[in-house]
Amino acid sequence: MGESPHAVATLPTARQPGCPFDPPAELTDARRHGPISRYTFPGGKPGWLITGFDLVRSVLADPRFSSRKELMRHHPTIDYGDIEVPPAPPGEFLLMDEPLHSRYRKPLMGKFTVRRMRLLTERVEQITAGHLDAMEKAGPPADLVTAFAKPIPAIMICELLGVPYEDRGSFQEQVEMFMNGETSDEDLIAAYTATQDYLAELVAAKRANPTDDVLSDLTDTDLTDEELKGIALILLAAGLDTTANMLALGTFALLRNPEQPAALRADPALADAAVEELLRYLSVAKTFMRTALEDAEVGGQIIEAGSPVILSFNTANRDPERFADPHVLDLRRQNGGHLAFGHGVHQCLGQQLARVEMRVAFPALFGRFPTLRLAVPPEAVALRPETADVHGVKSLPVTWDA
Amino acid sequence: MRIAVDAERCIGAGMCALTAPEVFDQDADDGHVLLLRAEPPTAARAAARMAAGVCPSGAITLSEPEPGSS
Ligand code: HEM
Ligand code: SF4
Repeated sequence: MGESPHAVATLPTARQPGCPFDPPAELTDARRHGPISRYTFPGGKPGWLITGFDLVRSVLADPRFSSRKELMRHHPTIDYGDIEVPPAPPGEFLLMDEPLHSRYRKPLMGKFTVRRMRLLTERVEQITAGHLDAMEKAGPPADLVTAFAKPIPAIMICELLGVPYEDRGSFQEQVEMFMNGETSDEDLIAAYTATQDYLAELVAAKRANPTDDVLSDLTDTDLTDEELKGIALILLAAGLDTTANMLALGTFALLRNPEQPAALRADPALADAAVEELLRYLSVAKTFMRTALEDAEVGGQIIEAGSPVILSFNTANRDPERFADPHVLDLRRQNGGHLAFGHGVHQCLGQQLARVEMRVAFPALFGRFPTLRLAVPPEAVALRPETADVHGVKSLPVTWDA
Repeated sequence: MRIAVDAERCIGAGMCALTAPEVFDQDADDGHVLLLRAEPPTAARAAARMAAGVCPSGAITLSEPEPGSS
C-alpha cells in the first residue's frame, strides 16, 4: 500500500488511426501500468482512472461510490470551472443512488425480464426482415446505419414505451443530436427542450388514454407525470443509441474479421456467444463515472472522499488478466461475464432487449447478404469522437453482390 | 450445493435466468429472482455457480453442505 500510482496526464480525444475497435492507446497503456491510475481533471481536481477488470467491477458494486449527478462536478476532458450541478431530474435514475434509484427501477424490472424480452423475438425478426427486404429492393450500396442499425432498436423501444409510429422520425433525430458528441451547446439545448416537451405531451396522452405499453402501465403507479417523463427519457436515450451503435460497429468489426461471420453462418448455435463477445470486444458504452462518498481503499490506493473516478469499461473488457488474447475478436470465446452492461445496482435494465435484438439482427444480416462488404476503404469509415458517450460509426457504407 | 436468493437486493437484471434457467427464473410481474431449485442437480451446478458469480447485485449466495450431511 502507498506505492505511488501511475499518473495519466491527459485523456485521449481520438483512437489510434486504423484501430476503430480498440480503446485509445493511452488507456491500454495506463492499464499496463496497473489497474488504477491518478488522473488530474481539467481545472486541477485530482481524481482517478480505473482500467482493470476486477477493480472496475468492485467499484461498480460498492455503495461508497455514488452515481449522483450533483456530485459529478468535473468533466473528464472539459474545464467548466467551479460549477454547481443540479441533481438528476425526477425519473432519471441512471444518475441517482439508493433509495431513490429503486423507486424508479423497481416498477420497471418486471417489464424487462428475460422471458418478456424473448417473447419479442418474433417481432424483432419481422422488423429485421422488413429492413433487409428494403435494402435488397433498393440494391447496393447502402448506409448500414440508416438502413438497418438505427431503425431496428428504435422501433422496438418506441413500441415498448408507446411512442406513436408517426412521431418516431423527428424524435429520433433530436435524441441523436444529444448523443453524437458533436452538437453545439445551442442546438443541444434546443434538442433537449424539444424532447422534454414531446415526452410531457406523450405522458399526458397516456394518462388520458392508456394503451398497451410500458409508459401506460406506469401511469397506474404513484409516479408523477414529471417522474414518468424522466423515466421515458432515459429509456429512450439508452435504448435508441446503444444498440444501434452495437449493430453498426459490430457489423464493421465482423466485416474486418471475415472468418468470424463465416463461423457464425456455419454454426448458428454460436449466436449467443457471438453477441456476448461483440459486447465485450466493442464495449460501446465505454466510460462511466462515480464519486467517492468517503475515503475508500481501492487496489492499494486511498480514494479520498469527493474524488471523481472514471471507470473505463472498454479497457477493463480488454484486460489480459481476465481475458486471454483480449484484443482478438473470437465469437467462440466463452467470456464468462463482461462489463459491457456494467455491474452493480445500475447494471443495464435493457440488456435482455438488446440481446434479443442483436441475437436476431446479426445472423439475419449476414445470412441475407453473404457477400456483404465495406463499400469504402476501412480508414474512410468515420467514427464518433471519443467525447461521445457511446462509441460508434457515423455511417457505414456497405455493398454486396445483388 | 445449496442456493439462497435475496429478492430485496435483486435488481432484475436477469443474468441468473439467462445463465442457469433450470435453477432461476424471474417473477413475471415484478422481475425479481425466483429460485426454482434450492438444491440443484449435479448437471445444473456449474451454471448455478456461474449465475451467482455474474449476478450484479450479489443477490445469490451459495453454500456447500457441511461434510457428513448431504
Ligand atoms: C447493447 C446495448 C446496450 C449497452 C451496451 C448498454 C449499456 C449500459 C450500461 C453500461 C449501463 C450502466 C451505467 C452505469 O453503471 O452507470 C446501462 C444502464 C442502463 N441501460 Fe443500457 N445498454 C444497452 C441497451 C439498453 C437498452 C436497449 C435499454 C432500453 C430499455 C437500456 C436501458 C438502460 C437503463 C434504463 C439504464 C440505467 C439503469 C440504472 O441506472 O439502474 N439499455 N446500460
Ligand atoms: S442476476 Fe441477480 S440481480 Fe439479476 S435477476 Fe438474478 S438475482 Fe436478480
